[in-house]
Amino acid sequence: MTTLAPTHPATKPARKNREVDTRPLLWPSIAVLFLWMIVPLAMTLYFSVIRYNLLSPDLTGFVGLENYAFLFDDPALWTSLWNTLVLVGSVLIITVVFGTLFAVLYNQEFPGRGVARLLVIAPFFVMPTVSALVWKNMMMHPVYGLIAWLQSLLGIQPTDWFSNYPMLAVIIIIAWQWVPFAFLILLTAIQSLDTEQKEAARIDGAGPLAMFFYITLPHLSRAISVVIMIETIFLLTIFAEIYVTTAGGPGTATTNLAWLIYSVGLLQFDVGYASAGGIIAVVLANIVAIFLVRTVSRNLQQA
Amino acid sequence: MSDSRQKLWLTILAWTIALLVFFPIFWMALTSFKTETEAISTPPSLFFVPTLDNFTEVFARSNYARFVWNSIAVSFGSTLLALAFAVPAAYAMAFFPTKRTPSILLWMLSTKMMPPVGVLIPIYLLFKNLSLLDTVTGLLIIYTLINLPIVVWMLYTYFKDVPGEILEAGRVDGAKPMQELFLLLIPLAVPGIASTGLLSVILSWNEAFWSLNLASSNGAPLTAFIASFSSPQGLFWAKLSAASLMAIAPILIVGWMSQRQLVSGLTFGAVK
Repeated sequence: MTTLAPTHPATKPARKNREVDTRPLLWPSIAVLFLWMIVPLAMTLYFSVIRYNLLSPDLTGFVGLENYAFLFDDPALWTSLWNTLVLVGSVLIITVVFGTLFAVLYNQEFPGRGVARLLVIAPFFVMPTVSALVWKNMMMHPVYGLIAWLQSLLGIQPTDWFSNYPMLAVIIIIAWQWVPFAFLILLTAIQSLDTEQKEAARIDGAGPLAMFFYITLPHLSRAISVVIMIETIFLLTIFAEIYVTTAGGPGTATTNLAWLIYSVGLLQFDVGYASAGGIIAVVLANIVAIFLVRTVSRNLQQA
Repeated sequence: MSDSRQKLWLTILAWTIALLVFFPIFWMALTSFKTETEAISTPPSLFFVPTLDNFTEVFARSNYARFVWNSIAVSFGSTLLALAFAVPAAYAMAFFPTKRTPSILLWMLSTKMMPPVGVLIPIYLLFKNLSLLDTVTGLLIIYTLINLPIVVWMLYTYFKDVPGEILEAGRVDGAKPMQELFLLLIPLAVPGIASTGLLSVILSWNEAFWSLNLASSNGAPLTAFIASFSSPQGLFWAKLSAASLMAIAPILIVGWMSQRQLVSGLTFGAVK
């Protein structure tokens, strides 16, 4: 950061800035993103403090924090927050554990490794509505599903997944989509592990388990934290999988925060109430985002 | 030696897992060539006479072609638009960095953190008032905005790797910034721009929050069309499979080809 080499202008990119006005190049992107971020958010905030129901248009006016008060009194909110937590937590644990194990496994040499890797990442590229419907119909259907058929072969009563274990069913579907994501990121990270370091540890007599816990896992720690944060942001508002499988039910068994807001706002048309829920979602996401931005910015400084 | 036996077990384990993970996709692909009766038969039929009827019927019965077109228009349109915004911005930040550049990049990233459901209601009402509900234009605008931060980030990382001397030489020869951008940088960075575009296309193609909420028929892409099969009436698994297979196959192939670039794009360069 010091200016030790004034005779080499090429090594001082900052000097060039004054020669070119970059504002017309940068400004359009900043402007549209700024509008995109601020206008809807301001509207959500505004709707959340007024009485606004599309079904009763004559009821209007500022209500202060009334929507929030109703929301916090509503057991549906707490159920949905709990469901969100269960969903995000389980999927995170499953994807990180399997993602790490798969990364270690598929980093080994074996015949057809390239093709096997492609098969494992494939689910991540399948659109969520297709994944959810394939699982719901062909895998988990209590009468015609493959799992039911396997169970009947073993003489077990077939499971009606979406009636009896709806949350588990949704978690399985979402984990199937996101394990490949964790795997892809962690495989990339594991490949940058220094082979000399591994070799040295092996010569020192480290067994495979010690290698994993003392060398591989510490090396992967930052990639794992990145996986956790990015997944959390997407998983906090999982929607499509619930939309095509359970529609939040039975009852409120699979209603997460995203589904609650959708059903209150766009099915019951209570805009004010739904907006208060929206603000809660924004606050939750921002807590995660702070950590992610911090990790990425550390990386930006290293570069 | 036990080494070769270990390798055999490793191979078996790795392949078993890979086939199990991939199985639902394989089964869907298989089902798309069955008749509707075969699709739901128990025990499941593994050997059958493959038929292409489902594919022809999907095209004949529904407006499948329109949904395909909508998906193509929305994902490629939004990608081109995002690139048009992002290429100049990434160029400015990569080659003329200021003290504020890192903060601008981080701020762009932070817009990506906004949960869509937090702004669903106002966007829905705005779209309703502007008659953008259920239109390709509406989704195209949203997708451009949600992918713009990732596109800027990826391009920024690629542009950083372009040797500055080449642009420097052009500048000495009197190239204006616009000429420098279009005649020097873009030709040099075509591979980077292409893989950024691919990621953006993949993400838009599979996006299923806004498409389900903002489009239902005329402007609906494939994600929303497939969701319409979720109604309990009738079991059209073979047709669902045929429609799904066509919807995912192109993106699966593109995704397989560009997995490396996807990693750095999806993690904002934190994992390379």
